[in-house]
Amino acid sequence: MTEVTNPPGTTASNGSAGPILEVNDLRMHFPVTTGVVFRKTVGTVKAVDGVTFSIQPGETLGLVGESGCGKTTLGRCVLRFYNPTSGQMHFRGESLTDIRGGRMRELRKQMQMVFQDPYSSLNPRMTAGQIIGEPLKIHRLASDPKQSRERVAEILSLVGLDPSMASRYPHEFSGGQRQRIGIGRALAVDPALIVCDEAVSALDVSIQAQIINLLKDLQDRLGLTYLFIAHDLAVVRHVADRIAVMYLGKIVEIAPRDDIYANPLHPYTQALLSAVPVPDPVVEAARPRQIIIGEVPSPLNPPSGCVFHPRCPIAQEDCSVDVPELRELRPGHWVACPKV
Amino acid sequence: MIQTGVARGTLADAERGTLYRVRRRVTFFARHYPLGFAGGVLLMMMITVAILAPLIAPYDPLGQDIPNKLAAPSSQFWFGADNFGRDVLSRVLYGARISLYVGFASVGLATVVGMLIGVASGYLGGVVDLVIQRVVDMLLGFPGLILAMVMVVAIGASLNNVVFAIAVVFAPRVVRLARSSALSIKEEPYVLAALSIGASHIRIMLRHILPNALAPVFVLATGYLGTAIVVEASLSYLGLGVPPPHASCGNMIFAGSRGTLEAAPWLSVFPGLALAFVVFSFSFLGDALRDAFDPRLRGT
Repeated sequence: MTEVTNPPGTTASNGSAGPILEVNDLRMHFPVTTGVVFRKTVGTVKAVDGVTFSIQPGETLGLVGESGCGKTTLGRCVLRFYNPTSGQMHFRGESLTDIRGGRMRELRKQMQMVFQDPYSSLNPRMTAGQIIGEPLKIHRLASDPKQSRERVAEILSLVGLDPSMASRYPHEFSGGQRQRIGIGRALAVDPALIVCDEAVSALDVSIQAQIINLLKDLQDRLGLTYLFIAHDLAVVRHVADRIAVMYLGKIVEIAPRDDIYANPLHPYTQALLSAVPVPDPVVEAARPRQIIIGEVPSPLNPPSGCVFHPRCPIAQEDCSVDVPELRELRPGHWVACPKV
Repeated sequence: MIQTGVARGTLADAERGTLYRVRRRVTFFARHYPLGFAGGVLLMMMITVAILAPLIAPYDPLGQDIPNKLAAPSSQFWFGADNFGRDVLSRVLYGARISLYVGFASVGLATVVGMLIGVASGYLGGVVDLVIQRVVDMLLGFPGLILAMVMVVAIGASLNNVVFAIAVVFAPRVVRLARSSALSIKEEPYVLAALSIGASHIRIMLRHILPNALAPVFVLATGYLGTAIVVEASLSYLGLGVPPPHASCGNMIFAGSRGTLEAAPWLSVFPGLALAFVVFSFSFLGDALRDAFDPRLRGT
């Protein structure tokens, strides 16, 4: 049973300890209500619907999928910004779903988030130093203001900013620099796991590369683990060790990076990868492309059986009936499609 | 190194220090909103005069001088004298003091209390929000002056009770504005970020939401200062404000209007003018500030 419910923890590279994060059959349904006085639920948005995966210490799990597939919701559930509808999450063996209040605050020291928009994720009324120093203050990680200032300076140089910039306000920085401050804030508490929610999507391509390299560099130096949420397949290919592909609240395929790019098995993954343009116009014009038809169905009313079946090129009749389980077709390569 | 790119202008500004930036903003404000700037300057002058009233006033505002009663404006009594022979200029100076005190104290109290309640209401939501907002609805249902009168009648007429009564009139409006700001600010990613670093709800409200909700409330409050002074004058005119013999613009206008308005119009006209000056200055400044904050003055 554990083999089935906890499949993607089986990376070949890492045999020691346990996974740092285990997510088991997680569901996050948002009720849609109507009425002012008498509130009634008219439906539920199944943003995350039965997701299972795990992350090993020190690795980067890339989470890709198109807008609205539930990537961000999943990331926020992991940090318990939302209370999941059902399912279990374990961080270093400790259940995240049962704890609350003070203990959760303790655990937040070990799990942090880097946000998508470097403009709105920094409080415009606080200086860079105050932003990075706030977690130190909250968790009493510095014994006096002097030590706090020193630690802030240390973090600033760690993320590639000059410590003298601590007294500046966010609007005095560029987008890339702001994102560095956001990363610095996450690093201040010395976390083990960082959820990067589209951490580079809002940046210029040239700045993206700098931030990605910074993240990789920090991972090597501090032994961080990343849950890297993105929609840019090229970026994910560069940073992730393993990649999970999400579609309409479910993980359809999860595999080591090279495996998934060389050999995508799920029809949705194949379509997603074939949508990445090739920089050579001759090759681009000649190569076969798998185009999927139609729109993403509403998560309010997802299709029965396999959620991808109405758009799937290889769908058969039973696809609209049976909900596919993740199967391990190659070592570490799991696919939720019975037809491949 | 990678981070070379801070905009030149900003860098220069930051290096030249706060004083330079403040001066630049004031110059900008004066050039674009001359009326508001004039209002601000006039207010500064009146505040100075009010503070220095004991030094400037030529006579004791309460000192009676019966032989000179109802004296017309002259070089001896610039604004004339009232029916007890008290110097109207001195009384206007002291009256302005009271008006400004009531204005600042009542609006200040309404702003502080209203901000805290409004931010809590918007951020916490749910039942707390529902209860607070229904109480606010109730208070907003009364016309402002009637509410203030009822309050003063209930708790008795004294300077500080008047301040409290006027604060009760304005606080619900501040609550509404602060709540609506809090509602939008609480969805900002930096609030989520504060949550993720383990900040408590109190901390998020005070450190992250309140400072960012301040600008619109500040503008609203500036506009209310003038109104608060008018409400105080109205209460005093009705005998529910600052009790005689102390001077306030309102009770001076009232005293002058009883039987002596034709014989000695200066008793009401000068305090009336002083009141008008203060109120106009506040509203010009308030309007200009509202416009200036609209396209976001910040960063210029």
